[in-house]
Amino acid sequence: MLTKGLDDYFIGVYNAYAFVTRFFKEAFKGPFEFREIVRQCYEVGYRSLPLITLTGFVIGIVFTKQSRPSLEVFGATSWLPSLIAIATIRALAPLVTGLITAGKVGSHIGAEIGSMKVTEQIDAMEVSATEPFRFLVVTRVIATTFMIPVLAMYCGFVGMMGSFLNIYQNEKTSFSTFIAEAFKQITFLDINTSLIKALAFGLTIGLVGTYKGYNATQGTMGVGKAANASVVLSMFLIFLEEMVIVQISNWMRDS
Amino acid sequence: MQEKEISTDKGPPVIDIKGLYKSFGALDVLRGIDLEVFQGENVVVLGRSGSGKSVLIKIISALLAPDKGIVRVFGKQVDKLTESEMREMRMKIGFSFQSSALYDSMNVRENLEFPLIRTMKNLGKKEIAMAVEETLDSVGLLDKLNQMPSDLSGGQRKRIGIARTLMLKPEIMLYDEPTAGLDPITCIEINNLINEVQERYNASAIIITHDLSCAKATGDRIVMLLEGKFTRQGTFDEVFDTNDEQAKSFYNYNFTQ
Repeated sequence: MLTKGLDDYFIGVYNAYAFVTRFFKEAFKGPFEFREIVRQCYEVGYRSLPLITLTGFVIGIVFTKQSRPSLEVFGATSWLPSLIAIATIRALAPLVTGLITAGKVGSHIGAEIGSMKVTEQIDAMEVSATEPFRFLVVTRVIATTFMIPVLAMYCGFVGMMGSFLNIYQNEKTSFSTFIAEAFKQITFLDINTSLIKALAFGLTIGLVGTYKGYNATQGTMGVGKAANASVVLSMFLIFLEEMVIVQISNWMRDS
Repeated sequence: MQEKEISTDKGPPVIDIKGLYKSFGALDVLRGIDLEVFQGENVVVLGRSGSGKSVLIKIISALLAPDKGIVRVFGKQVDKLTESEMREMRMKIGFSFQSSALYDSMNVRENLEFPLIRTMKNLGKKEIAMAVEETLDSVGLLDKLNQMPSDLSGGQRKRIGIARTLMLKPEIMLYDEPTAGLDPITCIEINNLINEVQERYNASAIIITHDLSCAKATGDRIVMLLEGKFTRQGTFDEVFDTNDEQAKSFYNYNFTQ
């Protein structure tokens, strides 16, 4: 007989596995909740735009400013566009978008579904044969999975624009030169890897947020815990996925 | 307190429970429950808080699984139903939650539309709108159609919650503490609504309560749940016209919760 802690751990792992399996089973089975998916895409995507815009823009400027002194030593400031493009497109855009949406969207999903759980709204849907899993979970996970790559691309674009403004201000580089230099070093593998990372982050944020919310207990305290755990676990998994995907893409690049 | 007239017309039971056990960890909540509920009959389950009353109706509606025993609804064993059978059964059951459980991101109209849109795919927008208005009118709250649940009083939320369950014209109603936390006048309105639902839909009902006036006004039959078992059963007078200490203390203290 295992200790209670270990029992709980394995039960938790099994429940998470069952939840993810159920998601994939129901995601491909009709009828689809198109209206709710569009609403959730709006919530996840459109409502995150101001935060992503601000963060992406600031990161572009700051990263450019911080990189310049090192390149100036070697008289290589002309490398700034390609350096920024590699950093932004390969790593920063998907990672920053993932982390920001884990905080903003993940906590929102965890708290919203958690409060529905503790106030018996999910039970009410269940007993009226309205399939809450499909309506609440599948729609949100689909929305995060498809909107976060879009947000990541947008974040990359805004970051590059921030970087261009700073480079233009200091080096007087034209926009066409900046773009040409920036994309010299970028390959399809970089863009595809970035998109795959963002897809994985979106799927993770959606699944973690809905899982934590769907299994919330202990009243309002449980709602807070669900929101908090959604953010913490999502961020942890995002870093883990980042490491794994970067490793795989580096193997592919080298081979 | 006005006592309800007793119906004597019985058919086959719509809910049939035999030897039901349920525990949570070391806590035995239900310890061998037997219950039959017949078509058109309102059965009130009285008991102290934590006695397992709500657990009983959650097992009937398959929100919880029994540890032991058999629960049959419309002759079918609940824990052995397939996905489609479960869906079919749940469409015939209305569950009124203690907290009302209104979807707080939707207004009253959307709350009522929700089960209908998702279960009756063949209905048009106009038919759904008419059904919503008709049901809302039947609980006397047609003017609240576009309000959010947060703008409603406790009694109004209860009535909207009941109206939402009525959208699918249930054959069985399960009420969890329908009058808890309400003022006496609103309690009477809710009791009347429960009786109206029984008359209009010929629905059977299990009413979980600790409120004596609710039990007397709505119950055709009262069962007392104490320490995980049904201790007394009968009409309101049969249950309380007794020297049984537990029933007397229940009556005298009016079930503090």
